[in-house]
Amino acid sequence: MKLWQLTVQEAHRLLLKRDISSRELTESVLDRIAQVEDRVKAFITVTESVARQMAEEADRRLRQGEHVTPLTGIPIAIKDVLCTKGIRTTCGSRILENFVPPYDATCVKRLKEWGAVFVGKTNMDEFAMGSSTEFSAFFPTANPWDLKRVPGGSSGGSAAAVAAGECCAALGTDTGGSVRQPASFCGIVGLKPTYGRVSRFGLIAFASSLDQVGPMTRTVADCAVLLQAIAGHDPWDSTSIPEPVPDYLQELNKEVNGLTIGLPKEYFGEGVDQRIAQMIYGVAKKLETLGVRIEEVSLPTTEYALSAYYIIAPAEASSNLARYDGVQYGYRVPADDIVEMYCKTRKEGFGREVKHRIMLGTYTLSSGYYEAYYLRAAKVRSLIRRDFEKAFQTCQLLMSPTSPILPFPMGERTTDPLLMKMCDICTIPANMAGLPAISLPCGFIDGLPVGLQLTGPPLSEPLLLRGANWIEKQVGLFNCLAPLSVP
Amino acid sequence: MVFQPVIGLEVHAELKTKSKVFCPCPVVWKAPPNTVTCPICMGFPGVLPVLNRKALELTLRTAIALNCHIHHQTIFERKNYYYPDLPKGYQISQKRIPIGFQGWLEIATASGRKKIRIHDVHLEEDTGKSVHGEEAGDPSASFIDYNRSGVPLCEIISEPDIHSVEELEQFMIKLRQLLLFLDVSECRMERGHLRFEASVSVRPQGTNTLGTRVEIKNLNSFRAVSGAVQAEIERQIALLKEGRSVQQQTMLWNEASKRTEPMRTKETAHDYRYFPEPDLVPVLISDEWLAQIRQTLPETADEKTLRFVRVYGLSEKEAELLTATPAVAHFFESAVRHFHDPKGIGNWMLGDLQGLLNESQKDWETCPVSPESLAQLVQLIDDQTISVRMAKEVLREMFATGRAPKTIVSEKGLVQIADQDYVRKVVIQVINNHPHAVADYLSGKDKLIGFFVGQVMKATGGKANPQLANRLVREALESRRTSS
Repeated sequence: MKLWQLTVQEAHRLLLKRDISSRELTESVLDRIAQVEDRVKAFITVTESVARQMAEEADRRLRQGEHVTPLTGIPIAIKDVLCTKGIRTTCGSRILENFVPPYDATCVKRLKEWGAVFVGKTNMDEFAMGSSTEFSAFFPTANPWDLKRVPGGSSGGSAAAVAAGECCAALGTDTGGSVRQPASFCGIVGLKPTYGRVSRFGLIAFASSLDQVGPMTRTVADCAVLLQAIAGHDPWDSTSIPEPVPDYLQELNKEVNGLTIGLPKEYFGEGVDQRIAQMIYGVAKKLETLGVRIEEVSLPTTEYALSAYYIIAPAEASSNLARYDGVQYGYRVPADDIVEMYCKTRKEGFGREVKHRIMLGTYTLSSGYYEAYYLRAAKVRSLIRRDFEKAFQTCQLLMSPTSPILPFPMGERTTDPLLMKMCDICTIPANMAGLPAISLPCGFIDGLPVGLQLTGPPLSEPLLLRGANWIEKQVGLFNCLAPLSVP
Repeated sequence: MVFQPVIGLEVHAELKTKSKVFCPCPVVWKAPPNTVTCPICMGFPGVLPVLNRKALELTLRTAIALNCHIHHQTIFERKNYYYPDLPKGYQISQKRIPIGFQGWLEIATASGRKKIRIHDVHLEEDTGKSVHGEEAGDPSASFIDYNRSGVPLCEIISEPDIHSVEELEQFMIKLRQLLLFLDVSECRMERGHLRFEASVSVRPQGTNTLGTRVEIKNLNSFRAVSGAVQAEIERQIALLKEGRSVQQQTMLWNEASKRTEPMRTKETAHDYRYFPEPDLVPVLISDEWLAQIRQTLPETADEKTLRFVRVYGLSEKEAELLTATPAVAHFFESAVRHFHDPKGIGNWMLGDLQGLLNESQKDWETCPVSPESLAQLVQLIDDQTISVRMAKEVLREMFATGRAPKTIVSEKGLVQIADQDYVRKVVIQVINNHPHAVADYLSGKDKLIGFFVGQVMKATGGKANPQLANRLVREALESRRTSS
């Protein structure tokens, strides 16, 4: 076994025993990147020298037994939407192509404190707007399981990097499924925590009331480790939750006796690839034989979730992206007067999809339309939340496909916005309700990974991880690395 | 036809906090450009606001003092517009659920007291400042200073209840006084602590419909507000009298030409696309907190005036003058604590000391004479150590040097002579030296008494107690009358 193939926990054990050094592990991962990156294209920036420096420092800490954590010396990739002090952070956009943040996002800072090693910044749909990473301003990322297909998005770079062994784990962000859907497409584990569980400070905002940072890993246990590092109250984020953070690893192996899992029927119906639906039903049957109660539930507002999401997210985005005006930082097209400068800068700096959403959001917030669109969408949102509350009265977790479709060929959906947006119908409701949800691989169809999604009530991450960990064992898919041939 | 002006005022008051409203940067006056900034107030990608509790408290205090209703759950909203000095492309402000609403401020008018209704009181962040061309050393470019970006502003919006420039001036004076007494803003006009926008329309006297409204922006002094509103009223009335109509537009005040002029930019039909700020949670204002603020609300100017009349026996006019600002009231009360002669201290403050302050363009906060020193001076007069005339001289010296009156009096040997035997000797001498004057006096020229007192003062170098000299001169002269 090559070092880059190790899970976070395996690598941690070997590092602790001093069987390997972080330097060796990091070099192995950097070699892997050198071998496969020209085909996968998961990274916007590979930070070799930063990684080597951080590995040296981690090795020093490991040698001296100084503040050693389960992430000390572990190579990690970070989605290019999270600010990294001194490291270019582009958000997948031309407009921030040369932006170097003067500060670290809180989750990045926590990973640093834990001694993690940063190998690079991963590709993404521009400003996290997309479901295939094809809307990156720079290049599309390939799905490591089939290079002609998309890795999902918007955290496609992170998902592909984890699946291709270009890092041991990664951070993604999830506004409407951007962690879970690419995790599903790439056969890895991806968690969107409860809204507010992880600080958003330093996460370049797409839709503030929906955005959440989440771990992307090859095992559920690794996911728990990464969440442990980044979760917790942050005084710099007013929307962060003050509740103390439980010990997720300890919770992981507790019994799952008496668990009731609900299958929301709306997530298995029209628009969902029935082969995927059947696979999830199959897992449910298996769990039932192991003593889990399976129950069909209904979330009747699901059909409105997508529409409401496409009001709220663009509205917030239209305001969040107003700061990219060429005045202080980022791309600027010089012009004779200020209005012309704004127009040209934003016209050239933003891609088509981003401009599409800015226009949509500007329209729905306009005077005379606000009540009809934004306010109604906000009401739908509380109805969605109520639906979930009701469902959680009878079951502890909900199980569904993560994505209604298999990873699709590149270019198939880029010209059909509606088709592209349908990718997120199973993931968007959790964002609208602020709930935690996890995707883990549960099988393959035509050689392509299929993701299973578990959704829980607010702050139920311990149960969510425990359930996912148990299903991972039953399904037997652990540390799935894409079989990329190395010449 | 007689027209009635209808005026509404929006006032931005910079709040007196140590740090900015959504980040920890200090609020500093005149720091070099862009030195009191951070990624948060510069609006860098990824940053989030965290509300300054003090700014919220000061706004609450203002809203309560303006008799507003308080929203127990208030929210912040984003006001979206593009401007180079607005780093995020939106301003965090309040629109639909402001902290305070439906209040009033009472002003004195020619026809009695009048309540001007307050539409709302809310909290928002200030913008940066554009510096154009030569000011910054490059005529071809514009620069932005973000030091001011994120400084807390309390915005107070009046209803259009103001119907003359006099009322408008009263409203501004009263409001500034209120903010000063609440200790929520320093209200230094030259530092832009108070900024105004006026909306003006006119209508035929006696009608209730509102005319077309014109907004005048960027008014930074009382004088500018009065001048601009006066000019605008005249302009509108002239238009209407010519049978033309007023256009709804935004104007600027041209101080030099004394005219309001339309703003050049195309920012007339603004749609600010307000929506709830998702980066901040709703603010809950508990009854306990409100009660605590109400209890600790400082005395208003009006309350102080009444108390000064009641407790110190001042006239209403004196009390009003001595409560014009917190600084003058504080000076007065400190001085009275040192020596209890409210009337005397008040007179000296409003008379000579105010004169000296005016001469040197100082105010009660920068007054070189301490309340304690003034109290000492009044005490020296009261116990007849020095005369009023001497005191004037001593005060001038105190003002120039900041030294204590006792020091000055003893150094200059100014202590007045109240020794009866000594003064009587001088009086006898003076009378003996002026036999003609004595004769004139005795023949009925009573006014000559002043001449004799003057001679006594001259002989004592001005140090004789004037009352004493006066009495002894009269006694001595009268005794001549009886003996002759």
